[in-house]
Amino acid sequence: MTDKRILSVTAIKDGTVIDHIPAKSLFKVISILELDTLNTQMTFGTNFNSKKLGRKALIKISNKFFKDEEIDKIALVAPDAKLNIIKDYQVVEKREVEVPDKIVGIVKCMNPNCVTNNEKVVTKFDVVSKKDVALKCCYCEKITDQEHLKII
Amino acid sequence: MKNKSLISINDYTPEELLKIIDIAGEFEKNSVQDILKGKVIATLFFEPSTRTRLSFESAVNRLGGRIIGFTDASSSSVKKGESLKDTIRTVSNYCDLIVMRHPLEGSARYASEVATVPVINAGDGANQHPTQCLLDLFSIKKTQGTLENLNIFLVGDLKYGRTVHSLLMAMSNFNPTFNFISPDELKIPDEYKLFLDNKGIKYYEHSDFSEIILRADIVYMTRIQKERFSDPMEYEKVKNSYVLNNDMLTGTKENLKILHPLPRVNEISEDVDENEKAYYFTQALNGVFTRQAIISSILGLK
Ligand SMILES: [Zn+2]
Repeated sequence: MTDKRILSVTAIKDGTVIDHIPAKSLFKVISILELDTLNTQMTFGTNFNSKKLGRKALIKISNKFFKDEEIDKIALVAPDAKLNIIKDYQVVEKREVEVPDKIVGIVKCMNPNCVTNNEKVVTKFDVVSKKDVALKCCYCEKITDQEHLKII
Repeated sequence: MKNKSLISINDYTPEELLKIIDIAGEFEKNSVQDILKGKVIATLFFEPSTRTRLSFESAVNRLGGRIIGFTDASSSSVKKGESLKDTIRTVSNYCDLIVMRHPLEGSARYASEVATVPVINAGDGANQHPTQCLLDLFSIKKTQGTLENLNIFLVGDLKYGRTVHSLLMAMSNFNPTFNFISPDELKIPDEYKLFLDNKGIKYYEHSDFSEIILRADIVYMTRIQKERFSDPMEYEKVKNSYVLNNDMLTGTKENLKILHPLPRVNEISEDVDENEKAYYFTQALNGVFTRQAIISSILGLK
């Protein structure tokens, strides 16, 4: 019942719904997608029960449609995220996110002696593993793994 | 290779590695030439490394080039807080090529992105030192006649030793067998074993090498530093297990050569120095020819 009421309150006419975000990653997703810079209507919900994730969060954004390379970045913190693309109150497309082959910015290199942590350099990584995410820094060549992954 | 920076040994294809080795062989026969006349090479040493710097400067001087630069960051504008980017941009205006040593890992790659001239990495923290690796390859090729199918022993600090890691990556192009000999705390990291597994290259790990050394074509010794051990007792226990002495060379292969990036501390006894299998001092001389080869091919002169 409760879920239904929330959904009806926040139903959107056109836009994107991002579901199955781990609750702890909600604010990271907001920051990666730079949602704070948009001036369209948005709803954030968090701590919904989820069989798979324990607690999940969800984001509804009116009149916003993401390009693949924009949205795939969130796979780093929300690998199970699902997108519903809404047109005229109908789900017209569903898609999942996939970790991209290269990551520019977003993530901090875990090597404290890396040039990116000491000079004004935008980080750059090759993704060497997508399942248990492992990123190879294009500068210091060290691996940053899932466990040490910090979003800038 | 013209105008291409050399930052990591992996920047060169196996063919390019062999090309550099061939050119180094030419310089070995004739290392005093005037081909760098009118060229200015900047040697920017943000941390001191006298050995590497002198080798580069000797390489340039013998080819008639001129050198500008600094020998440590304290005497430069870096001390006044200038960003690496600004230093590199400025120096780019004054020279044809930058040779750079810097304590931060990845600094050389970054410098090559902001420089308007090619950059040669002369060591970026614990990361890469590709000219050392090329001179090691040149030394191996010269003494063995080939880089293919060799049995290579890497001894000592295999965890932190960047020369060892680069050599492993580069030699992997030539179907080697590796024997890793190190104390437990300084074993070769898993990422390199994974790399070798993926390439289908044979390797074996040992904690002692007095028996198996008979099979070696190349023994590459490295320094074991006390600071690397969390427990100083552990260092005391293992420090003498990784020392090579002359007796151990009895019965080894004719073609065996002992390499070491130098400086050594005590890991090779001085009684080895006179053995014809000791190659580490010649190896250092080879560094000059190799650097001549790298510089002249990047400048498009070879
Ligand atoms: Zn890094």
